[in-house]
Amino acid sequence: MSADAGHLAQGHGSHDHGHTEGGHGSVKSYLTGFVLSVILTVIPFWLVMGGVLDNSLVTTLAILVLGGVQMVVHVVYFLHMSTKSEGGWTFMALIFTITLVVIMLAGSVWVMYHMNRNMMPMSGHEMMNQMR
Amino acid sequence: MMHTDTAPPGTAAPVFFVTDEEGHHSEGSTMLGFWLYLMSDCLIFATLFATYGVLGRSYAAGPSPKDLFDLPGIAVNTAMLLFSSITYGFAMLEMDKDDKRKTQMWLAITGLFGVAFVTLEIREFVHLFHEGAPPWRSAFLSSFYTLVSTHGLHVSFGILWLVTLMVQVQRYGLVAANKRRLMCLSMFWHFLDLIWIGVFTVVYLMGVLE
Repeated sequence: MSADAGHLAQGHGSHDHGHTEGGHGSVKSYLTGFVLSVILTVIPFWLVMGGVLDNSLVTTLAILVLGGVQMVVHVVYFLHMSTKSEGGWTFMALIFTITLVVIMLAGSVWVMYHMNRNMMPMSGHEMMNQMR
Repeated sequence: MMHTDTAPPGTAAPVFFVTDEEGHHSEGSTMLGFWLYLMSDCLIFATLFATYGVLGRSYAAGPSPKDLFDLPGIAVNTAMLLFSSITYGFAMLEMDKDDKRKTQMWLAITGLFGVAFVTLEIREFVHLFHEGAPPWRSAFLSSFYTLVSTHGLHVSFGILWLVTLMVQVQRYGLVAANKRRLMCLSMFWHFLDLIWIGVFTVVYLMGVLE
């Protein structure tokens, strides 16, 4: 893996004029990524379709974690991202994006969940009364 | 007759900027630029995911994910996209070897998997419409269709792009410009598969679970 990353960094480096953008992995790295992806896809489908775990919260957390791991697998083995590619700028952009995404997702769900909960006991009728 | 030239005699004229800008300079920056585009696309999907996260349980007394989603069908869809990812990878490997015929073959296979994915998705939508679950039925369905069809549209345009590039490669061969374009599409294609992981996890699996 580390040798692979080194090759990638070299392939994408600005000094590499000879062959165009050499490093996009090898058959082996693509197959590794593919096999890992298949495993990480089959497990969550099996967990949900087979009703393997009784606790749905645990199942939810499990499939979320498996999904996250599979995303990392895709980024590493298919998108060939490493901390070194493009002089580290793609990695910087990725970290920045992930930060924004986490804030946006967690923030939205959190805020709206609380709003929903505070609104919940009120029926439409009650709200109309309060507004008067 | 004094010249105030500080350079020692015999040296070339000083270069104040890099003149060598033709050809290969753009490749590194193209990849970085395209990556930044993907990141901005990622933000679009994040807002749609957030919207779905907020509205995904507002059924308005309409059908819920449990009534609607057909997980085996989604598993097939997922497989199509995953296969297309690896076949695109093989196309890139053949491109590295400058094997035009095999590159085209793997690109064609990738395209077919892509078409299969979009076809299955359209069939699913048609089925949902027949089940009485159009986008305007509830907030859940509005956000569902927005998120999933945005992804489907991306895949459709990816296929269009793929066909365009196949024509280009057929005409002009695996020249540097075509290689660069194929690499951009490669990133785009793998990125869409990555987004689909989020879709099947958050929308389909978690939807059926609740």
